[in-house]
Amino acid sequence: MSTSPVPAIEVTGLRKTYRDRAVLHGLDLTVPAGTVTALLGPNGAGKTTTVSILSTLLPADGGTARVLGHDVARDPQAVRRVIGVTGQLSAVDPLLTVTENLRLVADLFHLPRAHARRPTTELTDRFGLGDAARQPAQRLSGGMRRKLDLAMTLVGDPQVVFLDEPTTGLDPRARRDLWDQVRALVASGVTVLLTTQYLDEADQLADRVAVLHEGRLVAHDTPAGLKDAHAAGSLDDVFLALTAPAAPGTDTAPEARS
Amino acid sequence: MTTATPAVLPARPHERLAWLLAGRDLVTMTRRSLLRMVRYPSLTVLIVAMPVVLLLVFVYVFGGAVGAGVVPGAVPGASGREAYLDYITPGILAMTGASIAQSTSISVAMDMSDGVVTRLRTMPVAPLAVLGGHVVAAVVQTLMAIAAVLGVAVLLGFRPDAGPAHWLLLLGFVALVALMLTWLSAAMGAAAPSVESASNTPMLLLLLPFLSSGFVPVETMPGPVRFFAEHQPFTPIIETLRGLLAGQAVDATTAGAAVAWCVGLGALGWLWARAAYRRPRV
Ligand SMILES: Nc1ncnc2c1ncn2[C@@H]1O[C@H](COP(=O)(O)OP(=O)(O)O)[C@@H](O)[C@H]1O
Ligand SMILES: [Mg+2]
Repeated sequence: MSTSPVPAIEVTGLRKTYRDRAVLHGLDLTVPAGTVTALLGPNGAGKTTTVSILSTLLPADGGTARVLGHDVARDPQAVRRVIGVTGQLSAVDPLLTVTENLRLVADLFHLPRAHARRPTTELTDRFGLGDAARQPAQRLSGGMRRKLDLAMTLVGDPQVVFLDEPTTGLDPRARRDLWDQVRALVASGVTVLLTTQYLDEADQLADRVAVLHEGRLVAHDTPAGLKDAHAAGSLDDVFLALTAPAAPGTDTAPEARS
Repeated sequence: MTTATPAVLPARPHERLAWLLAGRDLVTMTRRSLLRMVRYPSLTVLIVAMPVVLLLVFVYVFGGAVGAGVVPGAVPGASGREAYLDYITPGILAMTGASIAQSTSISVAMDMSDGVVTRLRTMPVAPLAVLGGHVVAAVVQTLMAIAAVLGVAVLLGFRPDAGPAHWLLLLGFVALVALMLTWLSAAMGAAAPSVESASNTPMLLLLLPFLSSGFVPVETMPGPVRFFAEHQPFTPIIETLRGLLAGQAVDATTAGAAVAWCVGLGALGWLWARAAYRRPRV
């Protein structure tokens, strides 16, 4: 690597075991600032685990993880100041209204009241939540709740955003809307790490695709590069080839298993 | 020309600001918890109704007979009822605090398993503000509930003899008891593996007033039960409440024991809650 600026995300040799189940063994991943990386992998591959470690929710068992140069284990509060997380589960307060949810986050980022109003109304408009501003979040549709979720993630002006399966369960229109929001985010210089089950989503949004299988990355390239390397027409074919349950013939399969 | 200084705080707060910001987080989280109580009032109503029903049953069903045995000079019937109302009101007030503890434990457990708290744990929030908000809101809730239940007791004929100084002491003491019960129950809620177990663990706190001097004097209990009753927190707490409500000087040993229990158990609850909040959960 050259003397490029600090990568947004830098993971080396990351290991995580839940009791007797090893989920990550030696994950390496670098995400340059200002890019979108899609983390793909079959169910249970460890995508959520990776995002949880990077967003300071879960301690790793080994290896290091840095976000904009801050070590997640040693200086979690510094990491928390620069990230925004939209988890797999809805992270809105169902009993508070849309505005109250956004203001809660603004207050916790210590935005002065007068300033807090601007990002919250701006985000309400940007996500088309204006009509629902006074509704309790529990009455929102799934798509609207996801939008509120993402809007809350952006209140603190994060430089690195984690999206864990952001479009799972959304209808096609809501999915497109969310993609547009992610593109706008990246255009403004934010780094995004998103996990997804939908390969077209990765193809559409990501600069680089990382495929997680059996605890480590089995591929990390641009969508086009991956398709070329596997002489495949779609990312689906690449994905299936890379994550076949038992694939001793594939040269990219992990050689050693603990 | 003047240079405009941005009003936004720097990304990394100065250490001296840290306490101030933690205080602000606590205010924010308290406001949220109070708002949630207002939005979802049925749990609170249910919780306050329970001690009121208990008060009515104890006074109007058992009171006539039990009062005569509990309070010297009272005879079965109306006079026993009146005497028993006087006797159990402090115990019912303690009971009210304990039953709010149960609702606190439930709402903390619900909150912890919800996505919002997961989000808060990825934000630069003062770690104790999340549970602290629940605690402060629950203390406010406890004070209001105890005032309401005391109001019902007064309607039924309970006549406190407390002077202004006693009322002030009473307020402080009730707040201390509430703080202790609430930190314990917040810890139980945060440590509970499920919402169901979060509603079961505080049952212990609800049972303790029955094994105290709240409903019958400890002297009437058999040896081992009496020993337990004399050495558990609710007996000195209820006796202190009783003395303050009656406007009498409270025995220093009793009041001291009550305060010591509150401080000790409150600190334990606080440490336990802190550990439970820090435990990773995904
Ligand atoms: N708290 C946990 N305790 C035990 N096992 C877990 C826990 N969380 C996740 N796992 C297991 O770890 C594996 C990876 O999970 P996860 O990171 O959620 O995968 P993904 O998000 O890629 O579907 C799964 O097999 C899952 O069952
Ligand atoms: Mg997942």
